[in-house]
Amino acid sequence: MKLPPFQALLDSHSDEIYRFLVVTAGPGEADDCFQETWIAAMRAYPRLTRADNLRAWLFRIAKNKATDAHRSRARRAVPVEAVPERGAAGGEPDVELDEPELWAAVRELPPKQRAAVYCRSVLGIPYDELAELLECSQDAARRSVHEGLKRLREEWTP
Amino acid sequence: MNDIEQTLRDSAASLPAGAAGDLQQRLAERAARDGLLDVAYADVDSPLGPLAVASTPRGLVRLAYSPGDDFADELATKLSPRVLRSPARLDEVRRELDQYFEGKREEFELPIDWSLTRGFFRKVLQQTARIGYGSVGTYAEVARRAGSPRAVRAAGNALGSNPIPVVVPCHRVLRTGGALGGYTGGLERKEFLLRLEGVTVA
Repeated sequence: MKLPPFQALLDSHSDEIYRFLVVTAGPGEADDCFQETWIAAMRAYPRLTRADNLRAWLFRIAKNKATDAHRSRARRAVPVEAVPERGAAGGEPDVELDEPELWAAVRELPPKQRAAVYCRSVLGIPYDELAELLECSQDAARRSVHEGLKRLREEWTP
Repeated sequence: MNDIEQTLRDSAASLPAGAAGDLQQRLAERAARDGLLDVAYADVDSPLGPLAVASTPRGLVRLAYSPGDDFADELATKLSPRVLRSPARLDEVRRELDQYFEGKREEFELPIDWSLTRGFFRKVLQQTARIGYGSVGTYAEVARRAGSPRAVRAAGNALGSNPIPVVVPCHRVLRTGGALGGYTGGLERKEFLLRLEGVTVA
């Protein structure tokens, strides 16, 4: 099967993958997750049997790396109460962003809703692709987007 | 009322996109360490205009004059889809080429990966690689040294398909009698390279 040069994937998708990781894994983890995502993708790339939906494939890997980062941070974390974690998902709004409170609220969403809202509302990824990316049914993908947006509307007023 | 989605879209552009240069370079280094970087490529400036060069872990595999978007496509199709742009992986290639074009290097020490050549064509190019700086050979000679003295025309085709011009010096091969013959990059480039090496061109 004819696959495009891996660099072409990087040129087309690295910015949106990076932003996705800033949102889903948090700014402090985004750099590492970015490396892990692309290394995992590169490892698997020559064995791909379809090249028709490389973007959903990349986002699925990125989503899993963001989830791994959360898990390993949870394992590393010492269970002491009220120690603010720097660079963690959620937490302090980033002042240099437009609408920092809104993005902080996005980062407070459960991981799946966070990924769903970002991919659907910001990137406009269609539901069939989103289902593939989130590894769930299209109905479940719709629900995640809906629940996520509902929560954001409750917590954020323009 | 659709407010929040619009706001998310509008403000997403202010999210950092840290993926430019630095992260990509780190990625290429890591991929190389993990044995995943099958082909690295980069642009090189030269007096002959922009060049593109590509290396595998085995050595320099490709050099192209006036490269276009299809440069990486060709590498992906013919070698491996694991292709990354990585100027740092080609520093040594760039250094030797710079020295050559400044007249400060007569011999390339770069390892060559011959993967893009095969059979008789490869033999012809390997014989061509043995013609020294400032000397010239003929199509008939390289055909003979490659083992087929009568395949002069095929030797010409082999040189015309040279995937690594300049470093594999097909510009040093002329017609019997001294006429320039042909050149992959155009005859002006062939003349330029021969003059650079101090060869008097007819």
